[in-house]
Amino acid sequence: MEIKWYIFLSLTLFCIGIIGALTRRNSIIVFMCIELMLNSVNLMLVAFSKMHMAGANILSYSMASSAQIFVFFIMIVAAAEVSVGLAIIVLLYRNTRSIDINFLNRLKN
Amino acid sequence: MDAIQLIYLVPLLPLIGCLINGLARNVLSKTIIGIIGSAVVFISFCISVLIFMQVSKEGFVTQNIHYFDFIHVGKLLIPFEFQVDQLTSLFLLIITGVGFLIHVYSISYMKEESQSGFGRYFSYLNLFVFSMLILVLGGNYVIMYIGWEGVGLCSYLLIGFWFKDQANNDAGKKAFIMNRIGDVGFLLAVFWMISAFGTASYAPLYNSENGIISSITALNSPAIVGITLLLFVGAIGKSAQIPLYTWLPDAMAGPTPVSALIHAATMVTAGIYMIARSNILYSLAPVTLAGVASIGLITAIVAAIIALKQNDIKKVLAYSTVSQLGYMFLGLGVGAYSAAVFHVMTHAFFKALLFLAAGSVIHAMGGEQDMTKMGGLGKKMKITYVTFFIATLAIAGIPPFSGFFSKDEILSAAFAQSPLLYILGVGGALLTAFYMFRALAMTFKGNFRGTAEQEHHVHESPAAMTIPLIILAILSIVGGFVGIPEVFVKNANKFNDFLSPVFAHSATFMSENHVSHQTDLILIIVSSVLIIVVSIWGYNKYKNYTPSPAVSDNAFVKAVKNKFYIDEAYDILFVKPYRALGAFLNNIFDQKGIDGIVNGVGRSVNYGSRQLRLLQSGQVGSYLLLMVIGLLILFIIQLFTK
Repeated sequence: MEIKWYIFLSLTLFCIGIIGALTRRNSIIVFMCIELMLNSVNLMLVAFSKMHMAGANILSYSMASSAQIFVFFIMIVAAAEVSVGLAIIVLLYRNTRSIDINFLNRLKN
Repeated sequence: MDAIQLIYLVPLLPLIGCLINGLARNVLSKTIIGIIGSAVVFISFCISVLIFMQVSKEGFVTQNIHYFDFIHVGKLLIPFEFQVDQLTSLFLLIITGVGFLIHVYSISYMKEESQSGFGRYFSYLNLFVFSMLILVLGGNYVIMYIGWEGVGLCSYLLIGFWFKDQANNDAGKKAFIMNRIGDVGFLLAVFWMISAFGTASYAPLYNSENGIISSITALNSPAIVGITLLLFVGAIGKSAQIPLYTWLPDAMAGPTPVSALIHAATMVTAGIYMIARSNILYSLAPVTLAGVASIGLITAIVAAIIALKQNDIKKVLAYSTVSQLGYMFLGLGVGAYSAAVFHVMTHAFFKALLFLAAGSVIHAMGGEQDMTKMGGLGKKMKITYVTFFIATLAIAGIPPFSGFFSKDEILSAAFAQSPLLYILGVGGALLTAFYMFRALAMTFKGNFRGTAEQEHHVHESPAAMTIPLIILAILSIVGGFVGIPEVFVKNANKFNDFLSPVFAHSATFMSENHVSHQTDLILIIVSSVLIIVVSIWGYNKYKNYTPSPAVSDNAFVKAVKNKFYIDEAYDILFVKPYRALGAFLNNIFDQKGIDGIVNGVGRSVNYGSRQLRLLQSGQVGSYLLLMVIGLLILFIIQLFTK
């Protein structure tokens, strides 16, 4: 399979993520959209790593696998981010009885 | 002992005197300040006499004394050096000799001054003598320039000595600024000289064997004409010639001994010294010499005409100084360098005497300077009257007083050049005789016209003032005998012989159309008779001067009384446009332009940030949108720059 399909898929997922994050007001949806963007990037990295490795000699294994290590990094950071983000959303709900992100403008001033 | 080895003491002593009197002016008593101030100049005078005796010996060659390297940059070397030759030693004698007499006179004249004012006065006066000595001793044009600026500074300080009166400050500033205009010319000439010849020292330039300039034979080369013209601009400023002469009459705001020393005897002759020093350069540029002669002649006549109608005794003398300086430039311009220097010397005697005698009169009159309020002082101030009379005879050019010999020498050189110059010159001399006898008669003859209180107060001045007058009067009588023309006694012109080594090289350029002795004799007799007649006429006309009720003057007399409106014209031509330019630069260029830019930067940053602040809405969505837009822009940039 050619690399371009992976790229298209990943781009589509990323754009859905961006549009969702920009247009939706529900903070949980926004949050999911951000996760979507991160994962589209992960997909891209894994795809590149796989394609790069195909037909390569033994030396390029280590180089190609570094992309996969990045994926793990991103996953870990995303997990940490989820825990913090969900905590923020819970607090937002407690304070405003709503999860609309536009209520966050009360943090201004 | 070799007196020339001591030459550094000549300027150093007045400098020490200046420092002592200046720093300890509140500690020392007035007597001690006066003694220190005069003594240092007197010792300098004694050394100058020794130097003069050595210089006048047979077989003396010009000596160059090198002290240290003043400026040494790349190939350019300007040493701090003194040059001693006949011209220098003569000027040393005039400066220290007349300077000493004026210092002594000042002790008495300024005794009413406050303690610190008295010290300040003598400090300035010593500083002036120091600067003037540096000017004439310097072995190159840069050292001369140091002295040149120094005397300008002292002139400013002393004109504005009584600085509590704003008019005196203005006069000081006027003198300083007008001098600066000339100084720029001098400075440019020095730069040009260094770039053209690589040095500014006299010895390599004018050396008679292998001097850079003295080996040039081409006349009127552009560089030399340019340099001489620029140097002459400097001389015009310093020696108060048309068009930069208006500062000198205003400079009379200073104390009278200052007018005698700086604005009559020494500083204003610096321009003549400079041209005489550069005589080889000038002889190579006959174009410039013609300019020098015509400016000198015009100044001599215009200033003499203005002096005819002045009523302030010091103003008369000031215009007469301008006029006499014009004669000296006429002499230089026709190539009679030694005659011009001769006139510098005799002029130093009789003009210093005139000023000091006028100072004695002003002193007796309690500060009154208006001659219409004087009269009849001859009976009460015998010594002042007699000395003033002698000086008047000398300046008018009546034989056998000193002025006659020097003026005659200049005029006869002018006749050799062109009879027209001679006729105009004699015309100026007649005017001189007239206004001087008018001043004499108005001051000392007729009835007293001042207040009764002044009349009671009039007295002869103390000995400290009259003795310098008497000495100068003797010099005014005998001073001319060192330069008796060939016509009367063969080989009696000792003065010319003495200075001839300095001007020897220039003499080879001068045309040999000397006036025959017979013509010369006729000229002398005719001019002398005319001068005597005019003198008697002027004296008789004003002998019984009474202030006449205002008669309507015709336009010419009115213009003369108002000094040809030169000051007013300068005011309109230069001062007002300059002020307008200043106002424009201040109000428009500076406040609107420069300040506008500076304040505008601040204001626009302020405004911009106020607008940018609105972006911080607190809407998470808009932040995200901006972030995405920013990323997109970065991507686009990346796309196009790769």
